[in-house]
Amino acid sequence: MTRIDKRFVELKRQGRAGLVTFITAGDPDYATSLALLRGLPAAGADIIELGMPFSDPMADGPAIQASSQRALKAGQTMRKTLAMVKAFREKDDATPIVLMGYYNPIYVYPVDGFLKDAVAAGVDGLIVVDVPPEEDVELCLPSLKAGLNFIRLATPTTDARRLPQVLANTSGFVYYVSIAGITGTVAPDLADVRAHVGRIKTKTSLPIAVGFGVKAPEQVRAIAEYAQGVVVGSALVSAIARSLDAEGKATRATVTGVLGLVGQLAGGLRQPAAAAAS
Amino acid sequence: MSVIPEQRVPNSYRTGPDERGHFGLYGGRFVAETLMPLVLELEQAYADARADPSFQVELDDLLAHYGGRPSPLYFAERLTEHLREVSAASGRQGGAKIYFKRDELNHTGSHKINNCLGQIQLARRMGKKRIIAETGAGQHGVAVATVAARFGLPCVVYMGATDIKRQRPNVFRMKLLGAEVRPVTSGSGTLKDAMNDALRDWVANVHDTFYIIGTVAGPHPYPAMVRDFQSVIGRETREQMIEREGRLPDTLVACIGGGSNAMGLFHTFLDDRAVAIYGVEAAGYGLDVPNGHAASMSGGAPGVLHGNRTYLLQNDDGQILEGHSISAGLDYPGVGPEHSWLKDSGRVNYVAVTDKEALDAFQLCTRLEGIIPALEPAHALAYVKKLAPTLPRDNLLVMNLCGRGDKDIFAVAEHLHMEM
Ligand SMILES: Cc1ncc(COP(=O)(O)O)c(C=O)c1O
Repeated sequence: MTRIDKRFVELKRQGRAGLVTFITAGDPDYATSLALLRGLPAAGADIIELGMPFSDPMADGPAIQASSQRALKAGQTMRKTLAMVKAFREKDDATPIVLMGYYNPIYVYPVDGFLKDAVAAGVDGLIVVDVPPEEDVELCLPSLKAGLNFIRLATPTTDARRLPQVLANTSGFVYYVSIAGITGTVAPDLADVRAHVGRIKTKTSLPIAVGFGVKAPEQVRAIAEYAQGVVVGSALVSAIARSLDAEGKATRATVTGVLGLVGQLAGGLRQPAAAAAS
Repeated sequence: MSVIPEQRVPNSYRTGPDERGHFGLYGGRFVAETLMPLVLELEQAYADARADPSFQVELDDLLAHYGGRPSPLYFAERLTEHLREVSAASGRQGGAKIYFKRDELNHTGSHKINNCLGQIQLARRMGKKRIIAETGAGQHGVAVATVAARFGLPCVVYMGATDIKRQRPNVFRMKLLGAEVRPVTSGSGTLKDAMNDALRDWVANVHDTFYIIGTVAGPHPYPAMVRDFQSVIGRETREQMIEREGRLPDTLVACIGGGSNAMGLFHTFLDDRAVAIYGVEAAGYGLDVPNGHAASMSGGAPGVLHGNRTYLLQNDDGQILEGHSISAGLDYPGVGPEHSWLKDSGRVNYVAVTDKEALDAFQLCTRLEGIIPALEPAHALAYVKKLAPTLPRDNLLVMNLCGRGDKDIFAVAEHLHMEM
């Protein structure tokens, strides 16, 4: 069992869905980003997605594009991202970390070395947006062999015929992309999402997390009724962007502001469980 | 138009890609899951179209009567003479016989229309209602806007803000044709960023939108499909050369941005091993200037971008570099995957020329032949200037003059410090 598997077992025991938070490694700078990362579990993040910045994030909207650019401008590299995970692991051995991003920085690392270093750093899983099942031999199968979860995205365009292929080598959880579009743009149609998640559930026993376009505590609560995880990303990196000074540097509000927002989002998930328990 | 049958040799360079869209190590389908079903649908639709004789008949008719094909194969007599003098001055008695494949005479002024007519026909077959595209120099954007107007489909063209400034006439043409030109400010505001935004649009509008990619890049089946639509250039060249000279050419030269005009000329000849083939990349300020060129094969490394694996301009961390070329149509940080494969296999020679060399060749062509070339084929010509004097006089050389220079006159005036 990876930390991801264990965390979902624990969430099930608690009778609630988990909050999955996305931030980009190195945004707006290494030190601030590490402080954020370290603060996320206490603020209410159950699983952490850590973005590996890429110059050309084709599946992302303006908020995450800008976040990637800030990180790269501040000198973030893949090696630094892995170092960040390692530093996080010194103090937290339970919160799962999933690295999320695009294939090229992994490919040139190269793949073998990356997987070895990622496992050593304490990474639990990977989401690599531009490696579909058709290219599984590239990265998915080697990742599974290295002991990492490979989390695949299912989307509104993944039809019944294709779903088995998407699920075949997926592990950890399934990430349902709630809109046909890029991150952080339009709000998902929640009835639609529910129907899709229901369909995926009949085909897999893996937990399902829903993301892309989730911003508000009400959305989080609504999705938590039928999914095991709710992913929030653009809203958090937008909060980072808003907290920066005129030069784009972190301020005292950066860490507190973002963690405060995580707290609000997490509150929505814990309330019903707490109410039920009392 | 009859096509002269080509000989097949067992160990062929022309069989790629495999069924997964790979050319050896290169190519593939590295796209987000949302797009994957569309890419598969497109592959199926293209296979069906190819199997349907009426598709090619309609396309040939459009190419002839709307596009203006076949384009002439023109003997560039004064350029040939000039380079023979250069050869003699260096003590050699060489100087290849130079022909231009005149694809700049096509409707809209470049080879891009060949591909656009093919893809719009496919879009219509698939019942798509909206067209999107990326453009660098604006030649592809103009060709897309043109076919969209011709078939009455709404059209959005993504163009880098930097490119909008240096290719103003084409921006205006697209607008006249009824297209919406969306400026792209993300990244460096050039072709790669325009392609990112076009892909983002496609993901968000999967149900009704057809993405007309302008070069032999992108996920499978685009590299093969665009190659097939552009291969009319090489097929005509083969036939025209046999008619004029009674034999095949000895040397082919074409510029490489993404590589579509080059692949269009080369592909038919890949198994004619005696034909020497040169692809000319943009060396910008020089291959030794960091991030100062757009020569992904001469100065890059394999990586994955825009749906395929290919040579890319990138740093050690796998971040894509912006690159530079005087020519907006050449400064793409990647190249079509089939070119990467042809480079590694050694079948095609990839070389690079600088901004300055291209600008000199631009002027030479204008003065000697009365043809104002686009800055892109001016790169091919700059290499012809170097190569032809070293070749014997009976060497038949074909250069793809794939675009005309009207769009570039403002930029050239600026570089040459001339008043307009
Ligand atoms: C005239 C012309 N030639 C060449 C190119 C480069 O593209 P490709 O290498 O695909 O032919 C362009 C692209 O805009 C162009 O406009």
